[in-house]
Amino acid sequence: MSYAYWPGCVSRGFTTELHGSMALVSDRLGIELIELDRANCSGAGVIAEHNQELADTLNARTFALAQKTGAPMLNICSTCQGAQSECQQRLDADSEYRSHINETLAPEGLNYDREGFTNKNFLWVLVEDYGLDNLEERVQRPLSGLRVGPFYGCYILRPRHRLGYEDHPERDLYMDRLIEALGGEVVQYDGARKCCGFPVVTMAREVSLRQAGTHLGDALDAGADCLVTPCPLCHLNLDMQQPEAAKVVNRELGLPVLHLPQLIGLALGFQPEELGMRRHIASTEWVEERLSAETAPAPA
Amino acid sequence: MAEYALKVRRFQPESGEGPYWETFDVDLDPTLSVLDGLLQAKDRDDGSLSVRCSCRAAICGSCGVRINGQSALACKTQIGEAMEHANRNNGERAGGARTNGSQSEPIVVEPMGNMPVIKDLVTDMEATHWKKIRRVTPWLLPEGDPPEREYLVPPESMIDITQSMACIQCGACVSACLSMEADPDFIGPAALAKAYRFVGDPRDAETTERLHDLANDPHGIYDCTHCFSCIDACPKGVAPMDQIMRLRRAAGAEGIDDANNGHRHEDAFASIIEKKGTLDEAELLQETYAPGVKGKLMPRPSAIKGLVESIPTAVRGIGTGKMRSLPKLIPGIHPKLPGDSQEQVRRIYAHTEEHSIELNLYIKGEEAEGDAPVEEGAAVPERAVGPEPDEGEAPTGDTGPEADTSKGPQGTEHGQADPGPPESGRPGPGGAA
Repeated sequence: MSYAYWPGCVSRGFTTELHGSMALVSDRLGIELIELDRANCSGAGVIAEHNQELADTLNARTFALAQKTGAPMLNICSTCQGAQSECQQRLDADSEYRSHINETLAPEGLNYDREGFTNKNFLWVLVEDYGLDNLEERVQRPLSGLRVGPFYGCYILRPRHRLGYEDHPERDLYMDRLIEALGGEVVQYDGARKCCGFPVVTMAREVSLRQAGTHLGDALDAGADCLVTPCPLCHLNLDMQQPEAAKVVNRELGLPVLHLPQLIGLALGFQPEELGMRRHIASTEWVEERLSAETAPAPA
Repeated sequence: MAEYALKVRRFQPESGEGPYWETFDVDLDPTLSVLDGLLQAKDRDDGSLSVRCSCRAAICGSCGVRINGQSALACKTQIGEAMEHANRNNGERAGGARTNGSQSEPIVVEPMGNMPVIKDLVTDMEATHWKKIRRVTPWLLPEGDPPEREYLVPPESMIDITQSMACIQCGACVSACLSMEADPDFIGPAALAKAYRFVGDPRDAETTERLHDLANDPHGIYDCTHCFSCIDACPKGVAPMDQIMRLRRAAGAEGIDDANNGHRHEDAFASIIEKKGTLDEAELLQETYAPGVKGKLMPRPSAIKGLVESIPTAVRGIGTGKMRSLPKLIPGIHPKLPGDSQEQVRRIYAHTEEHSIELNLYIKGEEAEGDAPVEEGAAVPERAVGPEPDEGEAPTGDTGPEADTSKGPQGTEHGQADPGPPESGRPGPGGAA
């Protein structure tokens, strides 16, 4: 199976370990990725806040580039998914508006046609297209004993009417199911479907970090060994800013936060360093210890 | 008829005890509402069960509660659907298997969040909701003496604010707000949507002052974390977060350089994508806090504080190799898009900055599935009645007194006086302001 692949900006910027681990994992799963290297930033909602028509046109350009490959589009960034779905909703809802946007794309020889176009993040692709049974068969090192807290991120949860929940009402449970398919144990905690706070980190820093810190603390209290997130922007606030978040909520945190492909990569048998886990701010050693403890032969 | 279990979070202040859970078994048609279920429990089992309600038809906005964690009106939520949701989510999250081997999971009903509870499902709307509504001066501030009769405005200039006028003050968005959870002082979704109702009103003379106030307040428009919770919670399609984004657009169009770095962040983000196509995070940080540090503008004290606070994060990034290469540290060394793609992105910027068309689907309505599977670029029915949103026709303020083109919906910009009834089951613009 092939996909027109949009990695997003952050997976090639501050979280290169995401882009790298995705390359390893998709190859192992037999998913071919055709990278959209000419495509532009989704705007992350910020460009839409600046000029809605600009955001819609930029994303229509990405969709049109994806359509040229003949493959459905796949992203690995929830924020891109949310920002792109918002633009797609407007483009798909109004043929007059779509024609207007397409006129802007025409000089580049591009055209967005809503018929048959899909754009799904890796999580949705795994559950709906690839199949968790199929994934389970390829697991080399089940994550047994590892207690994983899912952190979904807002942009693939809400608003439900825009994100395909009418056809797929269980999309807000996919991470739980994926963790189970990999042999891990799902940890339920209060913040799993709340906001990491990242969008306001430059504007309301303390409010932002309090959100991240609170959710990390709740997950720790619920006994999580690590979190896993499909959103690199959540990862920035939960991992990269974790020491700052710890100061705001005034408690020790130190909870590893994995990108979705990293968690899958571990179960497929890749080594933590291959998956870029040593690049995280919150040490992932604990995850490695838990996994090696489980796979080590029982003492005589 | 079917049986349902309602698991209600109860609280009686006079008892001196804390809140507790009580489950009521009710028996009613699945198309009836959660409110009907609560009233049946009150009628049959415990007359002291308290819930605020009046119209039972999603008009009065009294019965806001949280159902299976989701803020909503109890009268607008069908009990059959609530049970399906409970089975799907609460069941699976509780470990996959149904607890107690019963047929279904209970429907969990709690009082609204982010506000004090008075009794059972009755919350104190005054303590948060109304206090915040008053914070945004929720009345018209026109200029000069009032006219002899009513104010006359072109009807199309009011279309823009119909979505925010649809609010029924139920507080569901306040209950769901994740920013307010972290910052109780956040003005919040209901009050900010109300603020847009006056910012967008052509009769109001204090637009600029309102925007300055909301942009510079640390708990104002830039305190919204963009989590979409209020959009899902609103029973009337107001989409408060969208109204907050429109306030940000309006503040940006006014050129308000706020103390929260909100506008600088947005401006810096947009201009980086224009120059480079993808995000250069290092440049974004620098330009947000200290735009043009190499040239024209001086950073203000709050910006310097922000920049300094971001340094420990950057230093740790270098230590772990997260920001391992120079290009990620030095603003400005970030590759552009290959080939002529960067030129194309610049061209799109130049073109769309002329128009700034804003399509509001609440007003315009969505084409039904298969309604108009037109060939791309072919003529469509609406085009026959509406002027073409074509290039060259910048949507100037000819339909309203203000030349702020960023805040008008497409319908307004192109002079369609009557947006028609919203389609696809959307709630209609209605209700008093």
